[in-house]
Amino acid sequence: MRLTGDLDTKSALKETLPTVFGYIGIALAFGITARANGLSVLEIFLMSLITYAGSAEFVIVSLLALHAGIGSIVMSVFLVNARMILMSTVVAPYLSHESMAKNIWAGTLLTDETFALSMNKLNYTSHKLNFRWLDTANLFAYTVWGVASAVGGMLGNLINNPERYGFSFALVAMFIGLLYLQMISDRTIKLMIQFIVVLFVAVLMFLGMKWLPQNGLLLIVTLLGCGFGVVLKHGTK
Amino acid sequence: MALSSYVLFVILGSGLVTWLSRVVPFILLKQFKLPKVVVNFLGFVPICIMTALWMESLFNQHLGQFPSLNVPNALASIPTLISAMISKNLLIIVIVGVLSLAVVNLLV
Repeated sequence: MRLTGDLDTKSALKETLPTVFGYIGIALAFGITARANGLSVLEIFLMSLITYAGSAEFVIVSLLALHAGIGSIVMSVFLVNARMILMSTVVAPYLSHESMAKNIWAGTLLTDETFALSMNKLNYTSHKLNFRWLDTANLFAYTVWGVASAVGGMLGNLINNPERYGFSFALVAMFIGLLYLQMISDRTIKLMIQFIVVLFVAVLMFLGMKWLPQNGLLLIVTLLGCGFGVVLKHGTK
Repeated sequence: MALSSYVLFVILGSGLVTWLSRVVPFILLKQFKLPKVVVNFLGFVPICIMTALWMESLFNQHLGQFPSLNVPNALASIPTLISAMISKNLLIIVIVGVLSLAVVNLLV
């Protein structure tokens, strides 16, 4: 399965399939973990449908287990998900020709993976994106995430220690794959510059983990990495 | 099925802040165009975010000290990266990744 230049429903479904496969593993693991921490299947299902925030949902479950205050949980979720502001800002210009309602809807269901997938897709569509392709990818991912977390919740008491089966690595594998595919297919930035920026971000993340909590750090390092990239891009012209 | 008001408020509050983070840029950028330099800047967001997320899973944080290596994730990353280079196919990469960690967990 490689990305194509088509922006129709069928290619969106095909191209989102790996993401969805990864989501099944993570969402099952999430449902099982949440159940083990005392959440009901209904609560798990609602969290996946309303909060819909992948890794932040794991954070919520761990904070709920500690009986943390509502305000502090919401604040943590905001920090974990603040990267969504950046991702939406990157995708939004490609949909500005669509109606406001479609823009809001596309933003509502955007995730790390559908974001990265659409960035990869741009490299095959002469930098065009449409509502239909993104919406299909988003809806497919959303549905699978919701259903699989509920199923994980139902399986809850049957399986303990879900980490053992390696599912939790599906997300990491997706990050690795999407990073590599983006680097080799993006022709707007030289490969060497991308490589240096990746190293820069990796080193800053490593060093920064000593002083700053990961969620805030991720955002700061991403912004520094982008700034460094712009400087390199202009300096080497 | 139980639904406590505490959990419900957490779900709604977290949902609201997440939704705003996702949607506000779409609303603003429907009306305004970004300057070229900002577009260039944002062009680096995908690789920076993916690298940072990967690093988070490669290391365990201990504030005040340098992070320690998450050995199972680091080992599983190697075949995953190689499969990316060979296949260039996301589905294969995800499958190789999951199998790699499962094997590492059996051995380590």
